[in-house]
Amino acid sequence: MYTEKVMDHFTNPRNVGELKDASGIGEVGNAKCGDIMRIYLKVDDNDVITDVKFKTFGCGAAIATSSMVTEMVKGKKLAEALEISNQAVAEALGGLPPAKMHCSNLAADALHHAIKDYIDKKGK
Amino acid sequence: MKRIYFDHSATTPVDKEVAAAALEYMTEKFGNASSIHGFGREARKAVDEAREKVAALIGATANEIFFTSGGTEGDNLAIKGVAFANRKKGNHIITSAIEHHAVLHTCEYLEKHGFTVTYLPVDEYGMVRIEDVKNAITDKTILITIMMANNEVGTIQPVKEIGRLAREKGIYFHTDAVQAVGNYPIDVQEMNIDLLAMSGHKFHAPKGIGALYIRRGVRVEALQHGGGHERNLRAGTENVPGIVGLGKAAEIAKQEMAKKVTYLGKLRDRIISEVMAKIPHVKLNGHPVERLPGNANFSFLFIEGESLLLNLDLKGIAASSGSACTSGSLDPSHVLLAMGLTHEVAHGSLRITLGRGNTAEEVDYFLEVLPEIIDRLRAMSPLFGESANTVVNNPCSECHMH
Ligand SMILES: Cc1ncc(COP(=O)(O)O)c(C=O)c1O
Ligand code: FES
Repeated sequence: MYTEKVMDHFTNPRNVGELKDASGIGEVGNAKCGDIMRIYLKVDDNDVITDVKFKTFGCGAAIATSSMVTEMVKGKKLAEALEISNQAVAEALGGLPPAKMHCSNLAADALHHAIKDYIDKKGK
Repeated sequence: MKRIYFDHSATTPVDKEVAAAALEYMTEKFGNASSIHGFGREARKAVDEAREKVAALIGATANEIFFTSGGTEGDNLAIKGVAFANRKKGNHIITSAIEHHAVLHTCEYLEKHGFTVTYLPVDEYGMVRIEDVKNAITDKTILITIMMANNEVGTIQPVKEIGRLAREKGIYFHTDAVQAVGNYPIDVQEMNIDLLAMSGHKFHAPKGIGALYIRRGVRVEALQHGGGHERNLRAGTENVPGIVGLGKAAEIAKQEMAKKVTYLGKLRDRIISEVMAKIPHVKLNGHPVERLPGNANFSFLFIEGESLLLNLDLKGIAASSGSACTSGSLDPSHVLLAMGLTHEVAHGSLRITLGRGNTAEEVDYFLEVLPEIIDRLRAMSPLFGESANTVVNNPCSECHMH
């Protein structure tokens, strides 16, 4: 049911964990099935994401999309990272089963929340 | 990699003897049991013998057994058949919130056709309370349908007492015994059962064959019309190979019942005691004692069932879960919710259902790999560890309650 890429990210998830001195944290819950995902970002003075970690309570697709999105944003400018959509994450994984598309929303949403959190904090 | 099958409540392998018996009635003795020639007669004879064997497994007589395509059809025929045949007497049906969808959706269908249905709650162990059954009965009640053993948590219901109550009040009592047949000794006389549905593929017969026991004198209306098969109650050329297989499986189940119950019970008890001892933040779902011999069901807090199943599958172990993420409908199991579990706790559920082919070595292997999988998933979970404090609705408060 899952692609090889999904299973790869599920069995060897990249960037699992927390960042003690995160510049921004984003957490979202999935209203549909009750799952939760949290993303930690470290951003440098040039608005480049230098480190990223995640924690996820959810299905195989939720874990794989979390892992994928962290890989996609590392080293990216914030503006670029903001453009990553759930569609893009799902595509990078070689697709998700239709019933699991909503899980990829978690990853993109958590990322966008983390970026917003960073911007809010910086603004203060 | 060795493959370990711990999902016998989903389906079981067909017994080799059963398969051989069924095969003979596809290739050599392929006659239509309704034909009067020799080919037909040998098929008829086999069907009659199978009916005897199925009846013997549950303490019924052969003419009280009607072959069906499985559990779903048996439940439909019992519930709708009784409802339609007895609607002059009343239009009220009592069932429970933890029934299989074959019962629940049939009852919901009847609600659209003028019947009213009471869905009884269950206690925290997934058991129906006799008091609730008693209180739900009205002068319009024509049928009580409560499963014998639950397919998810394995809790065995007090069917004998429910049956006695129904008998006293002149109400028909149907039980979905799909999970119990072959795993639990059944005597329809002693248990006061009027109708009982069983399914072959749950006890080593093929898929697509089952039987409905209907006590003599119980009024049931046919749902399927055609030829006069199964004494006008279930039209359609008999599935002779399936029926022969079901008969053989019933015969074996009866012979091996005591041995199987003891054997599975031991393996299950070891799984339950080791898991509870080795792994923190875990809850046993279902009744501690009154449960199917091969069923163990746990909730591992802070993790989700599908990712647990995938990890077990990578280790060669096949099991199942009531998690929302595995349901396809994105709702967690209605059984776990009816038992009072929160969504989060239902999320982390794992069902292990053993069969007679399982071994102590397989159980050891499972107990060896499980803790590291749980640890790994918990390390990934935002609900677990230090960071858990920041989360509202932290289910940890939940685990202290149980
Ligand atoms: C309790 C219960 N009832 C009914 C059924 C349906 O049986 P069948 O698959 O033979 O239609 C099942 C099978 O999962 C079951 O577990
Ligand atoms: S997170 Fe629940 S289905 Fe994917």
